[in-house]
Amino acid sequence: MKRVEITDKAAEVVKQLKAKHGELIFHQSGGCCDGSAPMIFEKEDMYLDESDILLGTVEGVNFYMNQDQFEYWKHTHLTVDITEGRGASFSLEIPLGLRFLIHSRLLTKEETSFFNSK
Amino acid sequence: MSYSKPEFKDKYSNFINGKFVPPVGGEYFENTSPVDGSVIAKYPRSQKEDIENAVGAANAAKEAWGNTSATERATLLNKVADIIEANLEEFAVVETCDNGKPIRETLNADVPLSVDHWRYFAACIRSEEGSATELDQHTLSMNIKEPLGVVGQIIPWNFPLLMLSWKLPPALATGNCVVLKPAEQTPASATLLMEKIADVFPPGVVNVVHGFGPEAGKPLASNSKVDKVAFTGETTTGQLIMQYASKNLNPVTMELGGKSPNVFFNSVMDEDDAFLDKAIEGAVLFAFNQGEVCTCPSRILVQEDIYDAFMKRVIERTEAIVQTSPYDVNSMVGAQASNDQYEKIQSYFKIGKEEGAKVLTGGEANILEGDLANGYYIKPTILEGHNKMRVFQEEIFGPVVCVTKFKDVEEAIAIANDTMYGLGAGVWTRDAHQLYQVPRAIKAGRVWVNCYHAYPAHAPFGGYKKSGFGRENHLMMMSHYRQTKNMLISYDKNKLGFF
Repeated sequence: MKRVEITDKAAEVVKQLKAKHGELIFHQSGGCCDGSAPMIFEKEDMYLDESDILLGTVEGVNFYMNQDQFEYWKHTHLTVDITEGRGASFSLEIPLGLRFLIHSRLLTKEETSFFNSK
Repeated sequence: MSYSKPEFKDKYSNFINGKFVPPVGGEYFENTSPVDGSVIAKYPRSQKEDIENAVGAANAAKEAWGNTSATERATLLNKVADIIEANLEEFAVVETCDNGKPIRETLNADVPLSVDHWRYFAACIRSEEGSATELDQHTLSMNIKEPLGVVGQIIPWNFPLLMLSWKLPPALATGNCVVLKPAEQTPASATLLMEKIADVFPPGVVNVVHGFGPEAGKPLASNSKVDKVAFTGETTTGQLIMQYASKNLNPVTMELGGKSPNVFFNSVMDEDDAFLDKAIEGAVLFAFNQGEVCTCPSRILVQEDIYDAFMKRVIERTEAIVQTSPYDVNSMVGAQASNDQYEKIQSYFKIGKEEGAKVLTGGEANILEGDLANGYYIKPTILEGHNKMRVFQEEIFGPVVCVTKFKDVEEAIAIANDTMYGLGAGVWTRDAHQLYQVPRAIKAGRVWVNCYHAYPAHAPFGGYKKSGFGRENHLMMMSHYRQTKNMLISYDKNKLGFF
């Protein structure tokens, strides 16, 4: 079972970005303006430590979220998707005229007990 | 009365070294109006080279600019204020077109407040003095405030001209040169301002470069020839900018997100008077600027014994909001600034409903008629639930408020502080003790007491917790753009006697 998954269309864009930039990470941002969006960066660009929770790996890219935020998100399942648009962050897909976004739903009972037992 | 979409050129340039110059790479992006989805104009899709040119121009200008007198700088700041004021309507219409906010707001808030911020810092720099202390009979310690040099500023799209006017005047007043990157969603008013003030400052003192975050924002934030970066935006980008600054050992200031509580104690309903009327409006201020405000009072906390009666009136007032063309002076809530926001807000409706939040009013997009059908309108929305829900914890940045109830003062404070953020808060009460004690207990940089959403130039504004650090507005802001030169002077003719 996975906490975070990715749509085929979004996975294609991740592949494209990997070819251009090399190793990448996703970081789910907090609020304000363009927040609450999954942002994709070059792996070395962002300093990560134990306060960043690894939620899973999508298309070979680790997906992180800050611990404080995870407290409020831990009961939800996430799917990374892509759509046309323009964010205002440093996320690498923006110049393509695209932006990643998150669809979320509540974890099912089975998923909840699975992740709680981990 | 209604305005209409202003005229624009087909394409605009960056403003570098006192001239309008096209981007080195020759690429542009299309800017659209959220009012009706129509094209405004093309703006430069700048790259690293453009940023380097602007930073170079700023560095070349900093010595001379840093040595100008406070009088001279204040005069120029006042000149900018006069120019904006003389063209108030033009700026207001451009801002409404680019951002989607109602013309009522741009005419009465965004543009006049911008004018005031330029004048405020012109006044501050004239009236300021340094300090000198006689440490002993022969030793004087003199503190001279010197500019940092070149400042990079990255501003958001929710108040394009006003955020520019929060950031530029204190940096310029203190003798710095600036490279500013407006948000790519709203490049229009910054460009219009550069057209109007092109000759006001010496070349290189003010530079405006457009473009996307990873292509233009990052090279600005990480440039080793920039001495300070000031950023308003969201948390992850803020963290990245701080990392880049750490490489250059540069100071930064961060104005980040919020999920501000607006707390209503039962005494507000002791009388049905003007104050209650004001408090109800205070709750409905969540819809101000389409909720696209870092300090949007997006959580309403109401004491349980007045909850039903108070919320009945808040819902009535919310449902009376007029949402029509943003160019119409009667419009109270306009379009969300982009399709991205529009979709994101609707995704929060889905999350909220899934988590069990109840929609008290709104909860969907508002499809207006004619050309406006292509605009991004959301009905002002009230969701009822509890503070652990994601809609209570994440900044939705839309005209959406989440409401919950509390029993007593202790519970109100606990809920108010149960958030990652600490930018703003509101406290409404007729109780003199609560008036002081509750705001002191709330961990936020700005607590409005029996009011909300006022942003005067001489009240400091900024965040606690994950809402950032450093302050905007107020003369204390000038310290964020300067370093202290201490001259330690000996008037003693005699040697130490060591060697």
